[in-house]
Amino acid sequence: METPAPPAGPRTNRIGLAVLDYRGGKTTLCAGCGHNAISERILEAFFELGVPPERVAKFSGIGCSSKSPAYFMSRSHAFNAVHGRMPSVATGTVLANRTLLALGVSGDGDTASIGIGQFVHLMRRNLPIVYVIEDNGVYGLTKGQFSATADVGSTLKTGVANDLPPIDTCALAVQLGATFVGRSFSGDKRQLSAMLQAAVAHRGTALLDVISPCVTFNDHEGSTKSYAYMKDHDTPLQELSFIPSFEDIRVEYDPGTTAEVTLHDGSRLRLRKLEEGYDPSDRARALARLMDASRKGEVLTGVLFADPTAPSFVDALGMVDAPLATLPEAQVRPPRTVLDEIVASLR
Amino acid sequence: MAASETSTHDPSSRPATRGPVVNDFSIQVATTNGSGSQSSNTVLLRALFQMGIPVSGKNLFPSNIAGLPTWYTIRASREGFVARKKEVDVLVAMNAETARDDVLALAPGAVAIYDQPLGLEALRDDLVLYAVPFDALVAPITKEPKLRKLLRNMAYVGVVARLFSVELAEVEAAIAKQFGAKAKARELNLAAARAGFEHAATLEKRDPYSVRRMDATRGRILVDGNSACALGALFAGVTVVTWYPITPSSSLVETLVGYLRKYRVGADGKATYAVVQAEDELAAMGMVLGAGWAGARAMTATAGPGVSLMSEFAGLAYFAEIPAVIFDVQRVGPSTGLPTRTAQGDVLSTAFLSHGDTQHVLLFPGSVEECFTMAVDAFDLAERLQTPIFVMTDLDLGMNVWMSDPFPYPERPMDRGKVLSREDLDRLGGFARYRDVDGDGIGWRTLPGTDHPKAAYFTRGTGHDESAAYSESPAVFERNMERLARKLETARSLVPAPERAGEGGARVGIIAYGSSAPAVAEARVQLARERGLETDALRVRGYPFSRAVHEFVEEHERVYVVEQNRDGQLAALLKLDLAPELVPRLRSIAHVHGLPLDARSVTDEILTLEAK
Repeated sequence: METPAPPAGPRTNRIGLAVLDYRGGKTTLCAGCGHNAISERILEAFFELGVPPERVAKFSGIGCSSKSPAYFMSRSHAFNAVHGRMPSVATGTVLANRTLLALGVSGDGDTASIGIGQFVHLMRRNLPIVYVIEDNGVYGLTKGQFSATADVGSTLKTGVANDLPPIDTCALAVQLGATFVGRSFSGDKRQLSAMLQAAVAHRGTALLDVISPCVTFNDHEGSTKSYAYMKDHDTPLQELSFIPSFEDIRVEYDPGTTAEVTLHDGSRLRLRKLEEGYDPSDRARALARLMDASRKGEVLTGVLFADPTAPSFVDALGMVDAPLATLPEAQVRPPRTVLDEIVASLR
Repeated sequence: MAASETSTHDPSSRPATRGPVVNDFSIQVATTNGSGSQSSNTVLLRALFQMGIPVSGKNLFPSNIAGLPTWYTIRASREGFVARKKEVDVLVAMNAETARDDVLALAPGAVAIYDQPLGLEALRDDLVLYAVPFDALVAPITKEPKLRKLLRNMAYVGVVARLFSVELAEVEAAIAKQFGAKAKARELNLAAARAGFEHAATLEKRDPYSVRRMDATRGRILVDGNSACALGALFAGVTVVTWYPITPSSSLVETLVGYLRKYRVGADGKATYAVVQAEDELAAMGMVLGAGWAGARAMTATAGPGVSLMSEFAGLAYFAEIPAVIFDVQRVGPSTGLPTRTAQGDVLSTAFLSHGDTQHVLLFPGSVEECFTMAVDAFDLAERLQTPIFVMTDLDLGMNVWMSDPFPYPERPMDRGKVLSREDLDRLGGFARYRDVDGDGIGWRTLPGTDHPKAAYFTRGTGHDESAAYSESPAVFERNMERLARKLETARSLVPAPERAGEGGARVGIIAYGSSAPAVAEARVQLARERGLETDALRVRGYPFSRAVHEFVEEHERVYVVEQNRDGQLAALLKLDLAPELVPRLRSIAHVHGLPLDARSVTDEILTLEAK
């Protein structure tokens, strides 16, 4: 018997969804904005991993970056919070439903200026979340003021130079206890894709600072967050490849030139070392290298730090496995006898 | 701090009491913070309670860990009045620093029990004075100076017991309860109380005050409002608790955590809750919103400064329609104000907390029992109305110990509000998050994680249409704001209805709420007995105001609104809500000095205004 060949449809992932099922609304950001490329990489990462979009909750603050969750994965719930305070909202949601995959999208203003307080406390807690900073060094929606990640000497279009030192969000995250810290570039499709997939597979806080040039306000000569500047100064630490847990690929590698990070779900991030001796499991070395890069004017990209075994915040709280949000009444309202017992103690 | 600052009482205004006075007087104990006085005061309060006598206790304490003056007022009232009594009938002067001012502030005929070396007899000849050598009394009990300092305070309990006929056995039972399993502390304190009791036998009784066993507290409990709120949250099934420590709300969460650990951890050691001490109140509120959005029963507890910080998130919660429960244990503002003193000063700012046309639902518990029941109600209302519910208690209600009937077990099942499941979505084929399908202004929501391709929506603080999509359309924006106003109208009939007192025919009405209610209840008795002025009273329990609040104003020629703030904040809210012709009927009685409201002040002010 002859089986008719299935119609040649779009490629589907392991749960039978097409890329289209991970799409969002039409972007309203500028043509060429790095953020749009990041949106693409994010939805591709979830598609490639075969994560049902309904299991993902998207969070953002305020700013161009924070609009972008509307432009990918419409089948995921999203919460566009207030400026700089998305981390707390995401924390509440993850506590309420630990089975969700939380993705936070923020900007350099939203994170490093108004949101620095919530950012540092998020990093301390190791909440399971992928936290992406779309980092362009300027405020876009208010038309081009410096943010706190702008480098000393970087100029605005008007020629005004920034004279305050930048906050290195990756260095902060490493110091504060984040368990997966990477820096990438919106224009480096391969690196960013691997890093995003690894971040999704990681159980804990994955902080990705992604340099994402603002074509309208910060892509000129004199800017250290322009496409041209990144092309000249991007200094990758490793060449990344991600092997999902469901792909049984065993390739021998030379531990002298390649390292592997095995993530919580069994997937692996393979790091082909471009820089001899860099060890992403050493916080102190990571910090030293970041400071060194800053001195040399390098934009260090790649996996800066990874500790896939640290307990996450939800583990530390000792909660039940089911989402707290939907526990049945019998499990959350103690019986009458408990009230009687308490009342008796107050007599 | 001068002792006169613990009293709004004018010493010249009151004649000396004549004849025996049974079960109707106040004792003010002046000590220093951190000297163990809280245990002694609790023991005395409890001993009276165990004798069946209605009691209340007010702790007037400084913002300090140890060393500053503190006062505790215990009132026995056979009629069951539990407001602060303005007059101090008996002073126990244990604090050398304030003793002079404390004694000078007493009315003629009042009693002062004092530490003998203070030599207060030289100050006044119109008081009944009892000098007691407290150091000598506790010296034989222990050699440790630190312990002696603590035991002096328990010795006063023994002296008071003998002088005013408090049964020693009840004092001993109260000490046993207070110190529980700490056998050594219990024995030392028993010895100190007995030493005071024995010594007082040598004092010649020269005052009219005494207590006698009654049967007015049987079956009742003693509890503070913060614990009651915590219990309400426990039985409301709270699952996510976030907070930032702030007086006077900290004990609410700390007590709750104790109960959660005891009663909400399964046999497998896993908790059905999460508690996070956040980095600040902004984060605490953000976490509550994230959790409420995801479908959890989430809460935080704070006080005025924290509420101010939560303002931006409160507006988001209103506009994006997210359930949340916030306990505001009010203290004196503006700014840091008086952190350890009570007020009802956050009412107006919380009703409109955040920019734009934001309005919130407020609940006003007027007793510890209502702290419990309204905490339960708050979680139901938050999910039903999809909006933050602010439970407005205060330091007096929250941190002082009150008598109460046992709390009623919640009879209604939890109301989780309008939530669409995967099956609902299959049936409906989709939904629009902010569409008013039921005409009550409340849309249907889905929870993140709902396994259906049509379940998701985009929650935002920006302008949005019925489908939660971004919109700057003027018509869409206005329609949405009108729907939100309609939702507040729905809230009027869902918040706890006001409670009336009185026959209903009086020309004068009194409106009060929260911890002002006990003083108003007593003032009404004073007005009727002393001046023959009959009044009706209405205790407001929720905002937006029920229709019954309007009716009460319609039925009375003059309506006094009594509250503990400067500007008459609830009166202002009423003026915004009432028909314009009713507004002139309102008269505001509003004061804030940080002390719990007393009945005499209310009575006097109503009489003054009635005479005008």
